[in-house]
Amino acid sequence: MQSEALNFKNAARGAIADPNLRQALSNLETGFVAARSRAAAGLDEFEAMRDAAVDLKNHILANLDFYLARFEERVVAQGGTVHFCATAEEARQTILNLCRDYGAKTVTKGKSMVAEEIALNPFLEANGVEPIETDLGEYIIQLAEEPPSHIIGPAVHKTKDQVSDLFHEHHGKYGKTERLTEPEDLVNEAREVLRQKYFDADVGITGANFLIAETGSTIIVTNEGNGDLTQMLTPAHVVISSIDKVVPTLEDVSTILRVLARSATGQEMSAYTTLSTGPKRDGDLDGPGGFHVVLLDNGRSDLLGTEKQDMLRCIRCGACMNHCPVYLAVGGHTYGWVYPGPIGAALDPHFLGIEEAHHLPNASTFCGRCQEVCPMRIPLPSIMRHWREEAFEKKISAKSERFGVKTWAFFARRPRLYRLATRIAMRLMGRAGSVRGGRFESLPLASGWTRGRDMPAPEGRTFMDRWTAGER
Amino acid sequence: MNTKSAHRANVGLFVTCLVDLYRPTVGFAAVKLLLDAGCTVEVPESQTCCGQPAYNSGDRADTKAIARSTIAAFEDFDYVVAPSGSCAAMLKHHYPRLFEGDVDWELRAKSLAAKTHELVSFLTDIAGVTEVGAALQGSVTYHDSCSGLRELKVKDQPRRLLGTVEGLSLRELPTAETCCGFGGTFCIKYADVSVEMVSRKAEDIRATEADLLLAGDMGCLLNMAGRLKREGSEIQVRHVAEVLAGMTDRPAIGETEQV
Repeated sequence: MQSEALNFKNAARGAIADPNLRQALSNLETGFVAARSRAAAGLDEFEAMRDAAVDLKNHILANLDFYLARFEERVVAQGGTVHFCATAEEARQTILNLCRDYGAKTVTKGKSMVAEEIALNPFLEANGVEPIETDLGEYIIQLAEEPPSHIIGPAVHKTKDQVSDLFHEHHGKYGKTERLTEPEDLVNEAREVLRQKYFDADVGITGANFLIAETGSTIIVTNEGNGDLTQMLTPAHVVISSIDKVVPTLEDVSTILRVLARSATGQEMSAYTTLSTGPKRDGDLDGPGGFHVVLLDNGRSDLLGTEKQDMLRCIRCGACMNHCPVYLAVGGHTYGWVYPGPIGAALDPHFLGIEEAHHLPNASTFCGRCQEVCPMRIPLPSIMRHWREEAFEKKISAKSERFGVKTWAFFARRPRLYRLATRIAMRLMGRAGSVRGGRFESLPLASGWTRGRDMPAPEGRTFMDRWTAGER
Repeated sequence: MNTKSAHRANVGLFVTCLVDLYRPTVGFAAVKLLLDAGCTVEVPESQTCCGQPAYNSGDRADTKAIARSTIAAFEDFDYVVAPSGSCAAMLKHHYPRLFEGDVDWELRAKSLAAKTHELVSFLTDIAGVTEVGAALQGSVTYHDSCSGLRELKVKDQPRRLLGTVEGLSLRELPTAETCCGFGGTFCIKYADVSVEMVSRKAEDIRATEADLLLAGDMGCLLNMAGRLKREGSEIQVRHVAEVLAGMTDRPAIGETEQV
């Protein structure tokens, strides 16, 4: 998707003023946050499991080439093919070629953030292949012609009423003319509309949460079962995933699965955990005729061995954004690219360049809640700080900001001068404040602050002034 | 620390820039609490700020210069205590990281880190303070500032001491652990987002119907007080040290003497 990350500030203003978004985000906060908290508290070994998952993933990243080679070997042994793609462009083209090989006019799609990362849908559409999203959330935003706003709940920014309107607008052509309002009715209507599409599609595309080196299987975890139909009913199953998803064994996958759903939705396990191993074999009742795994690098391998490598531990659970006060204030679209929230703030600059994405790692209070809940203990604030340092070195941030920091630092590095300047400034401000009720309603140079809050006035004489004068 | 031992712990008070400039009362409250706990207190004159405004803006060179000067000013004390979780965490966790690979300074930073504490947790965990002799009639609610909470595990300590303040009742804030939106330079750079965050926070604070809001960090306090005052709220805002030291005769944050 086209990045709009530079527009963060404007987008944030619009998002904050949107009452529907506020309502949708407050549901997210009360739902997922409470559920994760119950799930974590309900399992004594949860913290130990997080540690085990972190260790496992660090081991994988240290031996990534080995496990990827092993994975490919096993996929081929099962009759499938692995397509390693260095860039988004290459991955898109590979998938289009596969669609053409199978003569595909329509493809059904399960949810995949990597597909968003390579902007697959518009590319397929431009080349005469119609993609049909089958995950309910993805289906909703496809109708709305919007990108996902959350990595596990793509339509989490939509209220129920907005979904009612969308279905009412788009389902008339299927003879469904009544505007439904009950969630269950809406789900059933989407299911009926989608059912025939599974049979009509020529290729089924899914993502993968894990790639198992031991067996050559790919795994998706879902709550709708749409992925199963997507991959079982079509002549070919194309998996689009990335190189950081490989895991050595089935046993290892269970280690990560136990923290994944608990962190994401607060479930012990997602409703479906679907393993796909090769195409349909002789004697199988059903299954796809072809099995292709498209594995994207897109700069991920450049992160290995750097201070940002920890990002590759991410299992895309979404806990960081569910718990992020900035995300919950502005929603996912404000971030302006595929991955929103804290993981996006850490990851997007890598894909887009810090020049384009500099707002994202800066728009954080470093409250640390993301790191606290991340099942993979990714030090998200530290990674954001690395990006800030890079942005500062490259002089990307606004001149006024740099000037402000530099001026302040000039004084902070010179205690005597600092003491003199602050003593004068605070006396003046204290005096001005005392006749204004102890606070300022507007202040030059601090309009950002005073637009939405008062600025409490200083008491007057500084502590150091009073202390050195002997006051105790 | 054994307060009965012959050697009284010599504490270097890291005042923090916001307390120094905005709210000296908190500095004097900290001094009183430390003296009451049996420590001697000194305030090195060469201190300015911990360096977070530069550090969080990505300005590593200035941060290091400020950190070196802070380390030099404080490394001879038995303990370094700051009335702020955020600044204490900066000294304790981030200074050593800043100097990774620079053997001499890394060692000095680590040695400083080992003896640096946030004020209230120092009183309870190191100085063994179990009660304070203060009194305050009214209900208070408490905001857990992010750095203190997550980087220094300050959660129970202020509540324990507040529990010994005569006449005080605590009304817990359900979202006590949610960031108020201050975030240092964030509150200016992303003012709209910051205001939205603090507005939600103010709504939660008002819902507790407490008379007084307390926290352990001046940044958060200025932010929350600023929003509450803008909304015309009557809730007073103070640093927790003021209440623990019984120094609540000064006007609350953002207020003047009652007429």
